[in-house]
Amino acid sequence: MNNRPRSFGKKSKGPKDTWATLKRLLKLIFTGHPIPLIVAFISIIVAAISGVAGSLFLQRLVDDYILPLLKLRSHNFSALFGAILVMGGIYYLGVIATLIFTQIMPVLGQRIQRQIRDDLFSHMQTLPVNYFDRNSFGDIMSRYTNDVDTLMQLISQSLPQFISSLFNIVFVVVGMLSLSPLLTLVSLVIFGLSIGVVRFLSNRSSKYFQAQQKSLGALNGFIEESLNGLKVIKVFSHEPQTQQRFDAYNEGLREDAARANGFATMLFPIMGNIGNLLYVLVALVGGILAVNQISGLTLGAIAAFLQLSRNFSQPISQISQQLNAIIIALAGAERIFQLQDEPEETDQGQVVLVRAIKGADGILAAAPEGQIWAWKYPDPKQPLIELRGRVVFDHVNFSYDGQKQVLHDINLVVAPGQKVALVGSTGAGKTTITNMLTRFYEIDSGTITYDGINIQDIRKASLRQSLGMVLQETNLFTDTVANNIRFGNLTATDAQVHAAADLANATTFIDHLPQGFETQITNGGSSLSQGERQLLSIARAAVADPPVMILDEATSSIDTKTERLVQAGMDNLMRDRTTFAIAHRLSTIFNADLILVIEQGQIIERGNHESLMAKKGAYYELYTGKKALE
Amino acid sequence: MLRLLLRAVREYRKESILTPLLVTTEVAIETFIPFLMASIIDKGITPGNVNYIWRMGLLLIVMALASLSAGASSSWFSSHAAAGFAKNLRHDIFSNIQKFSFQNIDHFSSSSLVTRMTTDITNVQNAYQMTIRIAVRAPLLLIFSIMMAFSINAQMAMIYVVVVPILAISLYVIVHFAYPLFKLVFKRYDRLNQVVSENLRGIRVVKTFVREAEEKQKFEAASKDIYTVFSKAQRILSLNAPLMTFMINTTILVISWLGAQMIVGGQMQTGQLVSMFAYTNSVLFSLMMLSNIITQLSQSQASGQRIAEVLSEVPSIVDPKDPVLTVTDGRVAFDNVSFTYSAVHKRPVLQNINLQIPSGALIGVIGETGSGKSTLVQLLPRLYDATSGEVRVGGVPVQQYALAALRDNVAMVLQNNVLFSGTIKENLRWGNEQATDDEIIASAKIAQADEFIQTLPAGYDTHIEQDGSNVSGGQKQRLTIARALLKNPKILIMDDSTSAVDTATEREIREAFRHEMPQMTKILISQRITSISEADQIIVMAHGKIDAIGTHQELMQTNVIYQALNQSQLHHEAQAFDAPSDASPIATDGGDVHE
Repeated sequence: MNNRPRSFGKKSKGPKDTWATLKRLLKLIFTGHPIPLIVAFISIIVAAISGVAGSLFLQRLVDDYILPLLKLRSHNFSALFGAILVMGGIYYLGVIATLIFTQIMPVLGQRIQRQIRDDLFSHMQTLPVNYFDRNSFGDIMSRYTNDVDTLMQLISQSLPQFISSLFNIVFVVVGMLSLSPLLTLVSLVIFGLSIGVVRFLSNRSSKYFQAQQKSLGALNGFIEESLNGLKVIKVFSHEPQTQQRFDAYNEGLREDAARANGFATMLFPIMGNIGNLLYVLVALVGGILAVNQISGLTLGAIAAFLQLSRNFSQPISQISQQLNAIIIALAGAERIFQLQDEPEETDQGQVVLVRAIKGADGILAAAPEGQIWAWKYPDPKQPLIELRGRVVFDHVNFSYDGQKQVLHDINLVVAPGQKVALVGSTGAGKTTITNMLTRFYEIDSGTITYDGINIQDIRKASLRQSLGMVLQETNLFTDTVANNIRFGNLTATDAQVHAAADLANATTFIDHLPQGFETQITNGGSSLSQGERQLLSIARAAVADPPVMILDEATSSIDTKTERLVQAGMDNLMRDRTTFAIAHRLSTIFNADLILVIEQGQIIERGNHESLMAKKGAYYELYTGKKALE
Repeated sequence: MLRLLLRAVREYRKESILTPLLVTTEVAIETFIPFLMASIIDKGITPGNVNYIWRMGLLLIVMALASLSAGASSSWFSSHAAAGFAKNLRHDIFSNIQKFSFQNIDHFSSSSLVTRMTTDITNVQNAYQMTIRIAVRAPLLLIFSIMMAFSINAQMAMIYVVVVPILAISLYVIVHFAYPLFKLVFKRYDRLNQVVSENLRGIRVVKTFVREAEEKQKFEAASKDIYTVFSKAQRILSLNAPLMTFMINTTILVISWLGAQMIVGGQMQTGQLVSMFAYTNSVLFSLMMLSNIITQLSQSQASGQRIAEVLSEVPSIVDPKDPVLTVTDGRVAFDNVSFTYSAVHKRPVLQNINLQIPSGALIGVIGETGSGKSTLVQLLPRLYDATSGEVRVGGVPVQQYALAALRDNVAMVLQNNVLFSGTIKENLRWGNEQATDDEIIASAKIAQADEFIQTLPAGYDTHIEQDGSNVSGGQKQRLTIARALLKNPKILIMDDSTSAVDTATEREIREAFRHEMPQMTKILISQRITSISEADQIIVMAHGKIDAIGTHQELMQTNVIYQALNQSQLHHEAQAFDAPSDASPIATDGGDVHE
């Protein structure tokens, strides 16, 4: 009679392939922990048998002990005492069995949950960036929260309860049959009736629960929109109109919630009272049979049957409830498996970065204490190549889906230390070009080389280690300022962290923070201004000290002076480094060695500022504000 | 807290009272059934009285059906009462939030407000439904069952006096130990979610810096922390079921032993023994229910608290007692104004601001991020209140106006523009509900938005997606300007709201302002000197103070910050920007071309 309508609430989508998912899930649960599972399973059966045996004992108590004793003059209770002892044994065996499986299953659920969670995360980390672009944040997030959670519920609660209820029904029916087949028939009719009622009510409620989820989503969206736009609402004194619209959504949600919960909670009193009805019917029918001496029904049998019938309706509502929970959990499991089945980022690269020293003859040799970085082929005969940052794009073509081409024939030679500015409107393909270099996406044709090595041959970890990135979205982590900078290089000393902050022009503002470098960053740095976050992400890149930098400039909301601070930090960062800057403000590109104007995935113009201005082409139009940059 | 929340019951009081009444009926009938059953066995079956069996049997069937209807309808009403209660709570919260100042909002953060209005209210709704139904049912079932047991055989019923307290105490101890652990679990979940969310958002950073292994360690530590506590909590809570079985079984054994002797001794009958078993089940089961109720209610207590916090938060910016309802003109004055966002951020955002702006002036505001430009102008429509000093509009302190009157006359185009889902026309009508189509078009023309609106497939009836994702940044900005203009305000503030509009169009908007709305005070915040250089007065802000006020020429000669800004922009942008245009607003000789 536990009031848990919420378990119905999540029944939004059933799994697509129930059986395959169930099989895989059971295999996963079973193979990891076969022994505790078998022990728990046996305990569940023992507990169920013990429960039914208890009820059947009543028959013997009445028929074999009480009634005979009534007829005797001398009241010798020792036989009865013996029977009660036996019964006590069976009962307490049941208690112990219950104790065993109720202790095993939740912990097992936790253990499997943890295992799945850890697998999920470590697998997620190996997925290519395009997975994260294809799937929404909330969708991936909910796998860690809702889906894993329902799965744990399934293992620790639903599954044992489902099995236990199933065995209970079986044993109760067997017990009933042993007492009276006729009364069993009456019970089964009622049983059929209850299944009908359960199905009707759960269909009804799940229909409204779906509607409720929809209304809740709509209301949620409206609240978020209103909160985001609260300044606008206030500035326009639009509160009454907004409240009115809110109330309409709110009323919709109320109607659905009331109906959904109404049908769902009705199940419990109805099932309980059907149990009462069965109880009464058994007494009525049993009584008449006994009195008319049909089918040899004894008083003890009726008493036992009455007791059994009380244990009948509960497992039925349990099963229907748990069945729902299982279906929800399977849908969750399917989504978890889906993520686990996503193909990992492939990496055939063999060339790795190593520390090296340069001998007097100019030949590089690998040495862990060395100050220079060098590329090392797996073949020991191949000489080391010094890491310098020369990048060449040769006839590079790319599409996300193999059909709609996004980059067309990109050709580009960047010497070490050169600065390249990428200019063009949103969606022109500027970011895409840098994504080719980091191998967040794989090119369709052409080649990209780094220090003369095809980047496909470089191990991704090494390739990315040689690239630094400062993105528009700064993505700070919950940790101290110092550790956020150290993210770029875990082995950095405090002195190196401070030096990086200096280089990024970030020291001044960090020193003004309450605990300086030890200040805790929370919420992605929401207490910092955008410019300050940007400075930290520059420092983070600086401490990594890579030869090639990719800079994605903030589109707006940094004013010129702070931008100059950021700009100066970026300039420091760019010094002696190959740089690809995605430029949103024209002032940034002024000093670039090479400006590329990208339009619809093609380089339409290239040159430096002077030559492009003289050309009076697309760049000239952008620069003079005839076309707005967005 | 409870009283505050219960205020939201309102029109659902009827259902809220009806439910416990129906539950009482249900329980009364339900507990009476085993009692009558005993008499069927003892007065019908044992003596062989078929007539009696039939009579009582039919009566019992009627009773079972009555109890069924009472139970079912109590569920129905309780759901409606709870859903209605939740609806009213949401209504109250939302209407309070709308009255919140931004200090209030900052106090909560908007994501937490959303959680409070969804998850927390759902929890409270379930708790309410539980309270009016199960929380009535469980104790009643306990009391009625014990009463019936005593009336059947007081001597035997004494066993409950022993068993019930033992079980009650044990259940309490279990909850007492498990509950703090569950609270801890939720905290640890927050940490786990944080790691996942930071990794999802920062996946590119993680991959570029090759930090997968370290992040995995972080995650696994968080995951293990949950496992340890959660397992422990669940283990403790799982003691419920075996404990319950133990108690029921022991009681049944004792009752069997004593019952058999009593029946043989003639103090009791078989049917009564059977009903004693039934009552044992009910008594112990109701205790179990009670412990469930306590656990669940105490879990939703936190939610209730969080809702009550929002409900009891007093909006810090409200209408005065005798509000001034009209704003006479667009004069603006700041009198020694200082401002701090909250006690936590101690750095003052504005310090000792003194300022006089005549009606109809065009004012430019420039300065670096964090210099206090946006804060300064947000004090005018009272989005924030000054911490000290006085802000006057039309000669009257802003606190003396009715908020609606003040905000109707001080229009503001904000830095991050928000459009709402709806047609363009609906969005523009925000400025003025009664605006005619002609007025709408006129405003759009001034904002240089009419042209592009006309090219859209459905023109002014084009639907704007949520967050305005189907119009470009520059178009969005022009729409929000048109929306503000429709209010026909005395003061128009534009907070960097033409940043995505190209320079030529921006100039046309400024031109239209001068010619079409000469009476309106115009305050423009910008980062581009070109956008404000032709203003009557330019305010240079630095570190929360006014560094200088003057015209472009004056500032060019006297103000270091302004010169520096001009230098950097002139070099990189201004020259190039203005070279091709026919009228240069900031010719290097500083000519005042437009006046």
